[in-house]
Amino acid sequence: MTDHSNTPRATPQTLPRASATFDDYTLSEIRRAAATGIYDIRGGGAKRRVPHFDDLLFLGASMSRYPLEGYREKCSTEVVLGTRFAKKPIELKIPITIAGMSFGSLSANAKEALGRGASAMGTSTTTGDGGMTNEERGHSTQLVYQYLPSRYGMNPDDLKRADAIEVVVGQGAKPGGGGMLLGQKITERVAGMRTLPVGIDQRSACRHPDWTGPDDLEIKIEELREITDWEKPIYVKVGAARPYYDTALAVKSGADVVVVDGMQGGTAATQEIFIEHVGIPTLAAVRQAVKALQDLGMHRKVQLVVSGGIRNGADVAKALALGADAVAIGTAALVALGDNDPHYAAEYEALGSRAGAYDDWHEGRDPAGITTQDPALMARLDPIAAGRRLANYLAVLTLECQTIARACGKSHVHNLEPEDLVALTIEAAAMANVPLAGTDWIPGRNGGF
Amino acid sequence: MNLSLKSAGSTGEETFVDLAHTPLRELNGALHKLAADTNRTLWKIANPAGRHAIAAGLDVPVTIEIDGPVGYYCAGMNKQARIIVHGNAGVGVAENMMSGLVEVKGDASQAAGATAHGGLLVIDGNASARCGISMKGIDIVVKGGVGHMSAFMAQAGTLTVLGDAGEALGDSLYEAKLFVRGSVASLGADCVEKEMREEHKALLAAKLEAAGLLGEVDISEFRRYGSARTLYHFHVDNVSSY
Ligand SMILES: Cc1cc2nc3c(=O)[nH]c(=O)nc-3n(C[C@H](O)[C@H](O)[C@H](O)COP(=O)(O)O)c2cc1C
Repeated sequence: MTDHSNTPRATPQTLPRASATFDDYTLSEIRRAAATGIYDIRGGGAKRRVPHFDDLLFLGASMSRYPLEGYREKCSTEVVLGTRFAKKPIELKIPITIAGMSFGSLSANAKEALGRGASAMGTSTTTGDGGMTNEERGHSTQLVYQYLPSRYGMNPDDLKRADAIEVVVGQGAKPGGGGMLLGQKITERVAGMRTLPVGIDQRSACRHPDWTGPDDLEIKIEELREITDWEKPIYVKVGAARPYYDTALAVKSGADVVVVDGMQGGTAATQEIFIEHVGIPTLAAVRQAVKALQDLGMHRKVQLVVSGGIRNGADVAKALALGADAVAIGTAALVALGDNDPHYAAEYEALGSRAGAYDDWHEGRDPAGITTQDPALMARLDPIAAGRRLANYLAVLTLECQTIARACGKSHVHNLEPEDLVALTIEAAAMANVPLAGTDWIPGRNGGF
Repeated sequence: MNLSLKSAGSTGEETFVDLAHTPLRELNGALHKLAADTNRTLWKIANPAGRHAIAAGLDVPVTIEIDGPVGYYCAGMNKQARIIVHGNAGVGVAENMMSGLVEVKGDASQAAGATAHGGLLVIDGNASARCGISMKGIDIVVKGGVGHMSAFMAQAGTLTVLGDAGEALGDSLYEAKLFVRGSVASLGADCVEKEMREEHKALLAAKLEAAGLLGEVDISEFRRYGSARTLYHFHVDNVSSY
């Protein structure tokens, strides 16, 4: 028999433990920064979890409210934008619009597909930082022309052939930041439209060159109205930061429509640190914006469009219930066209990413042919088929939103109201100003916690 | 509308508009409706009183003479028209002009000629800060001086200054060409003095001629400034400029 008592035993080891603070992503970013000396640039919106529409639930009908019969009883979805001053307001069949995304960041085929899909569903598309192309004008029955700090390609002819004008003060992905378009995407056509040398890394201005502040903006809006003979609705788009004051000041400046874009909102290319750390979530912005309109007696007179992280009909319905008149989508529209499709899984991996996570849109090598100016890649996107997919997706969003509205007994999606909602978390209850589910407690209401 | 007509001889009809009595909307609306071959080719505007957006959005080859000071964005987005301001101009005169001619007989406030793609802007007096900001092809001639940050992010076109330029001239400049006769308080990021070769002298002469100044100033007194093009690509060495 052997005596084991004196045999040294291996000292028990703890398992390797990764830091929650210095997680794998953070470590990889530190190494990347150390190797390159320049900040990380990417596309998309905030990727971390923030309080969102998922934290809200609809109550549906019960004893005191009766639902509408699906498919039989009408639940209308049309929206009119620009009823305050414009002689020709925009009439949309659905409360979902396509947000501004520039030609340059997107291929011509992608812009055409957006126009086709939106037009098929009776809604509008929006130009972006880089001017209006004939393709998108031709394929969009209703086109909103963005008036941005860079004023790339800005000209009175396009202003006059637009259906509405959107003065961009900021974007949810980067309130206070300007655009970026890196050299790979500044082809001859893109450079020509922007009056820039081909192939340079381009930064757009973050501030308008000829006005600062709401008093100036009021005069700027007056000029745009004079130039277009008071026909076109004028939107003011702000990144969600101080939505109560920004909305109030946009109204004061004479806007017909206010667009509020939350931090989950996509961008074509911005510093990662900017996307994740500046601005507030869409959920936190909606009620503040609506309150500003209500306090001014302008709710439903100046329309509110909300964007940033809208994915399904429930998100649409929740934004409307909180008081928005319509929503705008960017990222989801690109996914409907084919962005990040598993079909190109191998190619995304070859680019050091994977389908579903690919966000190096600024590099212009998008296998799906959407965020690129490379003719061969671009040719992969069939604008007719992609437009069809977008139309289908918009139809689903609309049907889903109607399903919820009918369940809440509403004959128009605009009749959805905050009283139809409860929140799953205290944070969401406080932000959206609706009760925590199962309670009648709205944090912050009637003073106190 | 209170528009009185009288013949302006072979140049066509002269239209007189008194903004003390005629709403600006009526004036701009009438100007927008003019056909390309209109014979109402001369418009005289009295009592502008600093009103904003006077003669904005024109697209017809007529002459507009404004007798007095104008507010913001006079001649904004102008195409084809010749617009003369007998007075001072507020912020953003001739902003985003595409073509035509705008003359300011007095001084101009900030952002004169901002983002403009074409045409000629002549300022007899001084221009304030950010003259020619983000310009995209316009030619600007300032007989006096320009304020700070002039030609900021200027992309294309020329800015000619007979007087002095303020701080940070041509900051983050792209391909616009700057000519200054007087002193420059300082140059902005990526803006450098460049050699004045024959082609540049010829270009400057053409701009001075267009502004009616050829022979009145000595081209050899000007210095040329342009982009060093070091910020055209993101690079760790330029971090302090981003
Ligand atoms: C590829 C891309 C390009 C964009 N370009 C612009 C632009 O030029 N101007 C602008 O105001 N917003 C731009 N945005 C932001 C969108 O207009 C919109 O605010 C945002 O996409 C909405 O959020 P979502 O992407 O979560 O739907 C862009 C977004 C994306 C994804």
